[in-house]
Formats: sequence, structure tokens, C-alpha cells
Amino acid sequence: MKEQLMEILKELRPDVDFENEKALVTDGILDSFDIVSLVGELNAEFSISIGVDDLEPENFDTVEAMEALINDLSD
Amino acid sequence: MLTNVLDHLSLSVERYGGRTAFSDSTGSVTYSELDRLSDALGSCVLRYVENRNSPVVVFIDRDIKSLIAFLGIVKSGNFYVPIDRQLPVGRISLIFETLRPRAAIVSEKDLKILDQIDLKCAAISYEDGIAADPDRGALASRRAMAIDTDPLYAIFTSGSTGVPKGVLVSHRSVIDLIENFAEVFGFDESCVFGNQAPFDFDVSVKDIYSTLKCGGRMHVIPKMFFSFPAKLITCLNEQNINTIIWATSALRIIENLNAFEKALPESLRTVMFSGEVMPNKVLNYWRGKLPKVTYVNLYGPTEITCNCLYYRVDRPYLDTDALPIGIPFRNTDILLLDGDRLVTEPETIGEICVRGTSLALGYYRNPEKTAAAFCQNPCNDCYPELIYRTGDLGKRDEDGLYYFLSRRDHQIKHMGHRIELGEIEVIINALDFIDAGCCIYDEKKEKIVLFYQSAAACEREIMKGAGKSLPKYMLPNRFVHMEKLPMTKNGKIDRVALKEEHL
Repeated sequence: MKEQLMEILKELRPDVDFENEKALVTDGILDSFDIVSLVGELNAEFSISIGVDDLEPENFDTVEAMEALINDLSD
Repeated sequence: MLTNVLDHLSLSVERYGGRTAFSDSTGSVTYSELDRLSDALGSCVLRYVENRNSPVVVFIDRDIKSLIAFLGIVKSGNFYVPIDRQLPVGRISLIFETLRPRAAIVSEKDLKILDQIDLKCAAISYEDGIAADPDRGALASRRAMAIDTDPLYAIFTSGSTGVPKGVLVSHRSVIDLIENFAEVFGFDESCVFGNQAPFDFDVSVKDIYSTLKCGGRMHVIPKMFFSFPAKLITCLNEQNINTIIWATSALRIIENLNAFEKALPESLRTVMFSGEVMPNKVLNYWRGKLPKVTYVNLYGPTEITCNCLYYRVDRPYLDTDALPIGIPFRNTDILLLDGDRLVTEPETIGEICVRGTSLALGYYRNPEKTAAAFCQNPCNDCYPELIYRTGDLGKRDEDGLYYFLSRRDHQIKHMGHRIELGEIEVIINALDFIDAGCCIYDEKKEKIVLFYQSAAACEREIMKGAGKSLPKYMLPNRFVHMEKLPMTKNGKIDRVALKEEHL
């Protein structure tokens, strides 16, 4: 799952070092357009539905947090 | 007679002095305080800038300090130029070369940026500015000399030759715009504007000056709330925001994320949008969730001071319908031109051209580009009269409603930004490892696609190289490496073939 996620992220923003950035949203690295595209792609790729309540900065600040969110929503 | 946006401020200070004018997530400022702080900052600017009508840069944040700085600069008899400090230094340098500013209002962190720019200008710290002793006599004499065609601000926009253009707008045009808005949309002191647009976008001009004119309040919404809509809706409700004038892209984000799934903004009365074509699919989402709100589609490039046409949405539309851009504001005339011929027949395509007080003064220190876009009305050979050629193609229907159709050139709207593909190409073609490159916009997928010819694929290097000059939103989203780009018979890159084969 991590590989698929990394692929989506790399495609979205080839300029970002996702492995090492720990405050992707809080530091403003990902903007609202990135989040919108990302949510769309994650929903499609993992057959999940990310709702308003899941859209919190903490869920998108790191790759690990995104993994956890996808896991939560896949159950 | 109102001849200066400061006249609006003075009137509102008299009437509503103790009321809040601007607020952000950390604080607020009343009309009287705004007046006092901008007096101080303006007096400080006077010490550095002797001339009138000179550019003063403001490195902007999404906070009320930037707004105080704008008004202070106006009080000093000069015009302000908002610059986003996130822009690459290369681009800021280009803007400085055009402007040659005498002074910039900065915070501590901007000194590093100024150090990297060859052109030197006085750095005035915001804190020093508002702490200065106000010299009301000097400010009053500056005010007395001002006329309504003096510039108020310059906003930079993408230029096809690789150099951004500074659109210079006068007091008169902004006064005309906000008079129209107040009258047509019934703005008054009960208005609470929720500001989404960054201050280097002219969409924010409507928030700022409508607030000052009407005696209402403007709240600056933090940028991050647009990624995380639960916070956004809480903010709209806590601040009792009833009027929003947003970029179309911001309304799209709400729909894309289904942000109204759990909670709704309760106080909204008026929703206005501009910047790019509003898909009815998005608008229908909003109309379904908030049926009592008035929706207005606004059209216009920054060169005619925000908007020249408006359409108050007054009937249902299917998701697949095109939304009209409506009718001209009062004191504005629209001409559809086919070359130099006036198109009078309905449902016939022409270039949307604008006549009136709303026309910008031109592009700052760029006479060639100015002359190409602001030109003599071809239908008038009797006296000098300028029109602005938007480069947008449109038509008028039987009922007199205008519609936007497409662009005449390689300008695109991408993630809410107006971009000349030519500007991206200039920067990429300047990289020494690139033989040739050409950008095409994939409208369906909303991606800037770069086709490039080079010894080997080099996506990362291109991103790195171009990122020194181009803001993030102008970087290509998709890369197609080719050993040889297809050429037309005339020796130009064959864009049509690329489009057909790859998009």
C-alpha cells in the first residue's frame, strides 16, 4: 500500500521529498489544490471515501499519517 | 466628489470610527485605528520616497498588517505593489527590475530576500512604520495634490515573453468599481466579507475597498482552511461572514471535497466568483446546499479593474449548461470585435473588448505591451479613445447576455492562476540541457504538459532549474521526453500534432 501511496505522491509533486518531510501541510508544502487532487486519487486508488471529518492537517502532514488514515477508512 | 480611495476611508472613520474594519486570525483593527496606523506608516514612507506616484513594494502576508501598509503607502502619495514572498527570488528580481522601487515594507524574514536582489531599495520594517510620528501636515499636502487618475496599485501577472507585467490601476477605476458593486449588490455596513483571495490577486481589491466604502468588516481567512473545510465552515460561522467574493477555484474545492457534507455556513447571503469559468456542476452543488443565497458570476481581466460583466444567477442550469457572464456594469461598454470589425449579430464570436473608466493605466514601464493591449477603438476615427483587448473570445445571445468561449492565444487559467504558457517555455528553453520544449494545457485533466527534447529524460533537473524562476503553480505537471519534437512545415513545433497524439 505504501508503494502505491508513494507513487501517487511522487506523481502529484515530483519536487517534494515525502519520506523526510514531517509537516507537509503545516509548513505549507501541500496546498489546497494538492489536497483536492490527493483526496480524489486516494479515494479512487484505495476505494475509500475521505469525508470532511477526516480532512484534518494531522492526517496529511506525513506519509505515515496518510497510511494510517487509509488503513482506518479501508476497514 | 470622490477622487481618492482615502475619501472612502475618511467617511467611514467619521461614521463608524469605533467599529472593526479588518480582522484576521490574530487580531483586528477599527476604522480609527486603521486611520491612525496608516498615517504613521505613510509618514514613515515619506522619509524614504520623495517623489509622488512611485512604487512601494509590500511583502504580503494573509494578515491585516499588509492592509495597513497598503493604505499607509497610498497616504504618502505613492502606489503599492503586493509581492508574495514565496515567489522564487528570480521572479522577484524581474519584478524589481521593472519597478525599480524606492522602498519596500518588510518584516524581518524578508531582509534575506532583499539581500539576494541586485537592485537596492530602502527596507522599511512594518513595526517601525506604524511606530513613526505621524506628520499630518505632510500627508495632507500629498492628499491635496492627488488626482483621481493617479495610480493606486500595481499587480503583476504572467507575461508571454518571460517577464511578468505590472498592471497599474488608478484610484478612479477602483472608485468606479466599488460604486458599482455597492449599488448593484446592495452592499452596506452590515456586510461581513470573508476574504479568500491573496492580496496580490485583484479579486481581493473588491473585498478591501467595498469594506472601506460601506463601513463593513472584512475577515482574512487563513489559507490552510481551504484544504481543511471543517475549519473553514467554523470560521465562516464564528465570524458571521455573509458575503464572499472568491476565486472560482475556491468554490470548486468545496464541491470537490464535499465540504458541506456535515455543516453549512449559516450567515451567507451573497456568493460571488470570478477568475475562471464556473462549471455548473460546482455551482449546482452550492445552490443545492444553500438555496437562499444570491450567486453572481463575475467576469473580467485585471486590466479593466477586476470585472466588467456580471450575471446574477436567476434560473436553474443543468450541469452541462454554460453559465453566462451576463451584462456590463454601468459606465462600462463591451465591444465584440472581429479584427477591427464590430460584431453586432447575436450568437457570433468576437474578441471581448472594453471601453470605460475601468481601464487600467497600462503595464508599468512596458510601453510595447501596453500599446498592444490598450489601443485606439477601431470603431472611432474621430478622437483618441482607448479600449482594452482582453484576448478572450465571447458572444452575445438574443437576450443580450454575454458568454465566454475561449482564449485567442496561449494564456490559460490553471489552479486559479492566469498563466502565459509562453512564459514557462522561455524559462525551460533557457535551461542548458534542454534542446527545445513546448507546453500544452490538458484542460480535461487540468495539467500543464511539457514536451521536451533533450539528450536524456531529466524531469527532476527541469523542476529544479525552472523552480528558481517560476512559482510552483507554473511548473509542468506532466513531462513527455522526446528525441525529436514534431515540426510543422514552417519549422515551428507542431502543437496540433502533439495535442492529438498525447492528450
